[in-house]
Amino acid sequence: MADQALHGRRLPVRAAALETLLPRIEAVAIPAIGLIGGFAIFAVFLLSQGKSPVEFATLVWKAGYSSAFSLQNTFSRVAPLLFAALCVALPARLGLVVIGGEGAIVLGGLGAGVAGVALAGLPSVMGFAGMVIAAMGLAGLWMGLVGVMRVKRGVNETIASLLMAYIAIALFNHFVETVFRDPASLNKPSTAPLPDGLRVGDMPVITTHWGLIVGICACIACWVLIERTKLGFAARLAGDSARAAKVQGLPVDRLIIGFMALGGALAGLAGLFEVAAVHGSANASLIAGYGYTGILVSFLARHNPLAIIPVAILLGGIEASSGLIQRRMDLPDATNLVLQGMIFVAILFSETLTGRLKLLQPGTWGRT
Amino acid sequence: MSADIGLWGVPLAILAGAIRVSIPFLFVALGECLTERSGRINLGLEGTLVFGAMAGYAISYETGNPFVGVAGAALAGSLFGLFHGWICKFRGVNDIAMGIAMMLLGLGLAFYFGKGYIQPVAPDLPAIPLGNWSDIPQIRAALQINILFFVGAGLALAMWWMFRQTRVGLVIRVVGDSADAARAMGMNIDRVRLLATAAGGALTGVGGAYLSLAYPGSWNEGISSGQGLMAVALVIFARWSPIACFWAALLFGGAGALGPALQSVGVSDGYYLFYAAPYVLTLALLILTSSPERALRGAPGELSITK
Amino acid sequence: MTNRKTLSRRSFLNQSAAGIGALALGGTAQQAFAATPLTVGFIYVGPRDDFGYNQAHAEGAAAVAAMEGVTVIEEENVPETQDVQNTMQSMIQFDGATLLFPTSFGYFNPHILEVAPNYPDLRFQHCGGLWNSAEHPSNVGSYFGYIGMGQYLNGIAAGHATQSKKIGFVAAKPIPQVLNNINSFLLGARAVDPEIVCQVIFTGEWSLAVKEAEATNALADQGCDVITCHVDGPKVVVETAAGRGAYVCGYHADQSALAPDLYLTGAEWNWAGVYQNMIETVQAGGSIDNFVRGGLADGFIKMSPLGPAVSDAARNQFEAVKAEIMQGGFAAIKGPLNDNEGNVIATASQSFPEDDVALESMDYLVEGVIGSTGA
Repeated sequence: MADQALHGRRLPVRAAALETLLPRIEAVAIPAIGLIGGFAIFAVFLLSQGKSPVEFATLVWKAGYSSAFSLQNTFSRVAPLLFAALCVALPARLGLVVIGGEGAIVLGGLGAGVAGVALAGLPSVMGFAGMVIAAMGLAGLWMGLVGVMRVKRGVNETIASLLMAYIAIALFNHFVETVFRDPASLNKPSTAPLPDGLRVGDMPVITTHWGLIVGICACIACWVLIERTKLGFAARLAGDSARAAKVQGLPVDRLIIGFMALGGALAGLAGLFEVAAVHGSANASLIAGYGYTGILVSFLARHNPLAIIPVAILLGGIEASSGLIQRRMDLPDATNLVLQGMIFVAILFSETLTGRLKLLQPGTWGRT
Repeated sequence: MSADIGLWGVPLAILAGAIRVSIPFLFVALGECLTERSGRINLGLEGTLVFGAMAGYAISYETGNPFVGVAGAALAGSLFGLFHGWICKFRGVNDIAMGIAMMLLGLGLAFYFGKGYIQPVAPDLPAIPLGNWSDIPQIRAALQINILFFVGAGLALAMWWMFRQTRVGLVIRVVGDSADAARAMGMNIDRVRLLATAAGGALTGVGGAYLSLAYPGSWNEGISSGQGLMAVALVIFARWSPIACFWAALLFGGAGALGPALQSVGVSDGYYLFYAAPYVLTLALLILTSSPERALRGAPGELSITK
Repeated sequence: MTNRKTLSRRSFLNQSAAGIGALALGGTAQQAFAATPLTVGFIYVGPRDDFGYNQAHAEGAAAVAAMEGVTVIEEENVPETQDVQNTMQSMIQFDGATLLFPTSFGYFNPHILEVAPNYPDLRFQHCGGLWNSAEHPSNVGSYFGYIGMGQYLNGIAAGHATQSKKIGFVAAKPIPQVLNNINSFLLGARAVDPEIVCQVIFTGEWSLAVKEAEATNALADQGCDVITCHVDGPKVVVETAAGRGAYVCGYHADQSALAPDLYLTGAEWNWAGVYQNMIETVQAGGSIDNFVRGGLADGFIKMSPLGPAVSDAARNQFEAVKAEIMQGGFAAIKGPLNDNEGNVIATASQSFPEDDVALESMDYLVEGVIGSTGA
């Protein structure tokens, strides 16, 4: 009797623990299965091409992670991916699919480059603040506009963001080659070089620019925003069902515009760091496709801002090894794209396992 | 060998450009129209288009027959479509996201296998000279209309008729508008969508083959400048009507010819802005024709992009 | 034609160990280069078989790979971003490359300038940049060729071929290298007939197939019956122009196979000899000059063989002018000359020979070119 009573009291406690723990395990396990599956398909692909998957993996490890140099190579690619992915992940929490982050990145770069030169006379701190405001403001406004189109006119945000990206790139090219062109930039039209005081340098230890840390902080902040604030809660509700959220009196329209604008502003920071830490001025090299890789990163991270960090590091490492793979295995540079595509497909497909893995269902472990 | 036609060159170039440039948009838009009418959206057509361009070029080169190349591109496209259609029937798999993934995969595979075909010259698709009545060489050149243009125009008509008049069209529409109704009528929703997506992929593959085998008529990694993605936008403002897709593609192609045509008569300031004309025009049309209040007129009810 | 003998005239080689002057200029550690097999890295911004800019460099790399004691490593489609910095370092760290040829213009500033100071013993050879000793590291060098002369010769062939007296140019962006080519093309044609005009269309991108095809068609619609270009891969322009029945002048590499009947000639890079010479210099323990330029006479550029459509008159003038250019110091831009907005470029007594550095900051289109330098 006593035993039974004890048991009776204990079970719910264990079940409750399982009920919170198991979904978390599931949330990690399922994409992990997808990731492994994607690599497995890619391994088969390599074998069919007469290449060794083991050699491939060894080279990725060697070029991406094995030494201080490799890690620096990887980390130096991560910063723009973090910001670009956030530009996809934030609206995704409202159920919006944004694929035009590239436009916000280049406009952010343009804003930063132009503001930095215009504010060269001010103290560095103020000048840099001006650059941040210009980059985030311009890029945020641009993506916010997409949100406005969605809310006011019902224009699909996926298509609108893409069109706006094409338009942003045209405007960027136009302004860089006309009004803001530095006459001294001969064969590569650019804005005037930023003054030294406004350049962003490398961090100590890992010689990668500060954008990496800012990007990681931005990911953490966005996670807090989504998971731990009322605003984030409202956004998630609206993402599940806009109609239900409206009925409950949530400001869905403003949430959409706000999250779009915030995502855009963060993408603008990618442009800012590219200009201030890498290129030193705004020019066409900024149109490098980070916005599109950001889509991949965000989806692989299932739009979880914290998960964006490891995913970006993973993709950065694969990209870092692309050159060595070209040279050592005589594979074309597109191999990387094939791998990314296969992982992407496999991870999306793995979502169908949600709720189907017996081991991870609370019911498997006893009464609930 | 050519007459000086001065400013008349601008409208002529826009007309000729509209026909030349619109064909890939037309095929992708028709393919996407068919897929979306069945209630799925395939955003991965950009990848299918580029893979079709590569496959068509490679096969045309290997066989020496461009029509075999087109058929091969259609087959390759349908395989991409089949895969998308199959994988999206699983619970929890999002068709929009899967489309983006397939786009990446399609581009990757096309570039991977296309490396060896950048250099060779493959036989091109023939054009039909319809301008021989004119003495003006520019008009003759403008009316060198590729055979695929007529195929595309015919397909638009046929598809319009199919949706209105045939049982197949009815089935696709019902499946696209309401899965519940379709189920009640005993239709196999997954199979209809699978086939519609495969057919859409095949049409997209043909559009890709046009890029590599007709205009610009060669294979390289920059052959597409987003035609596959833009066509999805065209379908929306064409309101899922095949006939409207045809006009939308022509309009978009004509807008794309504006920039070079204006420069050729000496209007060269701000060419980046002229080059953006098709995108601005599309966006403006989308804004004007959309409405926040009700679902889009003509939109299939099951379509995730309009929900 | 590679003529290695003529190179000594430019004396960018310092094969002898006595090349102390070059040593001071180059400042690289000779020991690192000597004796041990040499690993040379080539980096391209696009595909290496693009019938154009990258292919020209890749053909040079292939010639280097055929040399004794040299290993060539290559990477293509490397964007002008952090990527190229990483690629250079990866080639150094993993493959032991000691001599790098990052071939795209945009690799220079900031990327090469960022990486090179970290590896003072290695050498970075950049195509197109304007190296100067005051600003740039001593282990960086820049080289380029006077390809405008090739476009001038293209213009001579075009001037004879055109019936409409209107020739066309598909250009990527209005930057000095491109403007120099456009101007040279027209001036060559005007050496045949001063009435000829040249229509230019900018595509705004280095590689954009559909836009290049549309630009070519727009030129043909305006009656241009000889067309050339300056984009990274001229394949589309050449094929489209030939499809419209216009004559074609090539650029970057030999495109005659794409339009056998209508191809007049072409201005080609001739990197094979240039690169082999640089490697030989290094192998002999010498040092490559930091600032290297050369033209037709130096084997930096060459002309495609004249096509079947070139008339005898054209051939004669072409060969005569070519011989003149081979003497060195030829000036395409010479007075009296105005730009197409009426400003004086050169007075009657002024001329800008091919090796005048002022040409590398050209910002005008000469009289007779229809188009503007603003975006």
